[in-house]
Amino acid sequence: MNPSIAVILPIAIPLATMAISLLAWKSIAAQKWLGLAGSVLLFFSAAALMWLVDRDEILVLQVGRWPAPFGITLVADRLSSIMVMLAGVVLFAVTLYSLATIDDRRVDYGFFPLIHLLLMGVCGAFLTGDLFNLYVWFEVMLIASFVLLTLGGERGQLEGAIKYVALNLISSAAFLAAIGVIYAATGTLNMADLAVKLRSFPDEGIVTVLAMLFVIAFGTKAAVFPLFFWLPASYHTPPVAVSAIFAGLLTKVGVYSLIRAFTLLFVTDLAFTHNLLLLIAGLTMVTGVLGAMAQSEIRRILSFHIVSQIGYMLMGLALFTPLALAGSVFYIIHHIVVKTNLFLIGGIAERRFGSGRLSEIGGLQRSMPVLAILFFLSAMSLAGIPPLSGFFAKLTLVRGGLETERYAIIIAALVVSLMTLFSMTKIWAEAFWKPAPQEARASLPARHDSRRGRIALFAPIVLLVTITVGIGVLAGPVMKVSYAAAEQLLDPDAYIDAVLPDRLAAEGDLDRQGKLNEQIPTNRNPSTLNGPPTSLRDED
Amino acid sequence: MDIALAITVGGLYAAGIYMMMRRSVVKLLIGLGLLSHAANLLIFTAGGIVRGRVPVVPNGQSQPITEIADPLPQALILTAIVISFAVLAFALVLIYRTYQTLGTDDLDQLKATDT
Repeated sequence: MNPSIAVILPIAIPLATMAISLLAWKSIAAQKWLGLAGSVLLFFSAAALMWLVDRDEILVLQVGRWPAPFGITLVADRLSSIMVMLAGVVLFAVTLYSLATIDDRRVDYGFFPLIHLLLMGVCGAFLTGDLFNLYVWFEVMLIASFVLLTLGGERGQLEGAIKYVALNLISSAAFLAAIGVIYAATGTLNMADLAVKLRSFPDEGIVTVLAMLFVIAFGTKAAVFPLFFWLPASYHTPPVAVSAIFAGLLTKVGVYSLIRAFTLLFVTDLAFTHNLLLLIAGLTMVTGVLGAMAQSEIRRILSFHIVSQIGYMLMGLALFTPLALAGSVFYIIHHIVVKTNLFLIGGIAERRFGSGRLSEIGGLQRSMPVLAILFFLSAMSLAGIPPLSGFFAKLTLVRGGLETERYAIIIAALVVSLMTLFSMTKIWAEAFWKPAPQEARASLPARHDSRRGRIALFAPIVLLVTITVGIGVLAGPVMKVSYAAAEQLLDPDAYIDAVLPDRLAAEGDLDRQGKLNEQIPTNRNPSTLNGPPTSLRDED
Repeated sequence: MDIALAITVGGLYAAGIYMMMRRSVVKLLIGLGLLSHAANLLIFTAGGIVRGRVPVVPNGQSQPITEIADPLPQALILTAIVISFAVLAFALVLIYRTYQTLGTDDLDQLKATDT
């Protein structure tokens, strides 16, 4: 069998699961089992993809056998396969958790089909090699997330959703405009083809303008400073399982797109674009953590920490060395696992007391000692205490910064790390150490979870904590994987050659055309490269 | 023609952003609609405005003989229109439900989930 089929499986499996679940609309039990089965299948297909990519470097699937710049291309390189793998892990954990926590009314309204639709969008965005296709996957993901966010129709959910919907639609409009302008400038939307054409694009100013449009479009999705306000306004409102999967995956799609765009497409004006990204990274870290310190509700604190940590992921991209980028990849791996887990743990605390406010809960260390240990490990990992996963991620980023002598960002990263520790100890002291408040103890509902329900609640948390500790213990191999991904990202030629195998034949033409462009600056389009007819604009 | 379209696109963006600055949720939604129209028209303009040059390759040829209108931007716009239709339909239901539940359409009143 052709190995490139594996590229489409992470998109096809959620689609099939969703379709079959919709057929079983009437049966809640059937939808739950289908959701679980679909998540297990996605996990294994992601593992297979990762194995194949490790063997073959880059897998390419030309959908419908249309050759590269014309058809839609699906590409899986190391970073994509790592992201899909993480999506599989998070989906499995959250599905298990939602079996116990999502009420029957929400399941009845299609919770499980929606979550698979969301995953289809997420995996599609990770695997596509075409800008417009990326837009479509973003929208698939967005519409699923809109419904998941509002499902249930509680007051907070609706209020949060208005902000989430409005700001995400603005970013979509910016993305669409950017696509229009980039097509007008180059005549192609295939990322590999774009990478070739933007390199020899005569007008550097236009390329930088395009880069900025993409910073706004992807930056809003990634929740960077100053475009993050939708995130802390909405992430704490839906059921915990939904918050957790959003926290783990959605902003990371934005980060992934930024990494893809600024390693493959916009690498001609590094001094401007990547320094701007570095500034954004620093401000994102600091504002996020300051916001978190002012909060007093578990999920609100964690939401602000997402913003703060997006900064670390961008820091590696902005420094733009193999080591720093490897740090970013490592950080993403660590962050997705730990963040999802902290939301799930916070959810159990909220479930026990019926509130996430730190003033209304307490005493968890005594009443749920196992949960306390699990939280402690995850929180310390988030703050970056050795030997847990966050430590190695931050260490690599800081080493990347030292290598390039960017001391300001290193100081920011270390101070923010300390503040993260402070805010984690705040949760620890309030929710776990402090005795439960009188009124909360009086109104505490009797434990009603069945044994199966408790397994579904704790199994995903134990699984994710194991992975966190595992990343810390096996930091060497994980670092190796991240480093390989970073090196591949910094060598766009491999990506381009994999997508456009006939390029070498056209290379000679390109060189000649490049020289022509130097002589006659008005001839804008190197149209001999096998792109669609692009010379329309030149005639008017 | 390009100039007229460019001005229209700019006008749509300006109107859309102005509407979104208002406090009413309905106006916010109208603003979003205008913004997506502006983006669509921008792609259309970017694709080049050519009259009467059908993008059909004659039988037996592998390339069009004369300059043709680029069909791709129009296909992109169609996709984008369908998507923005779906999303705006959802948003319309959302603001209606919000109004029903919260009893207000003033964005300044919707602050409970903020910090």
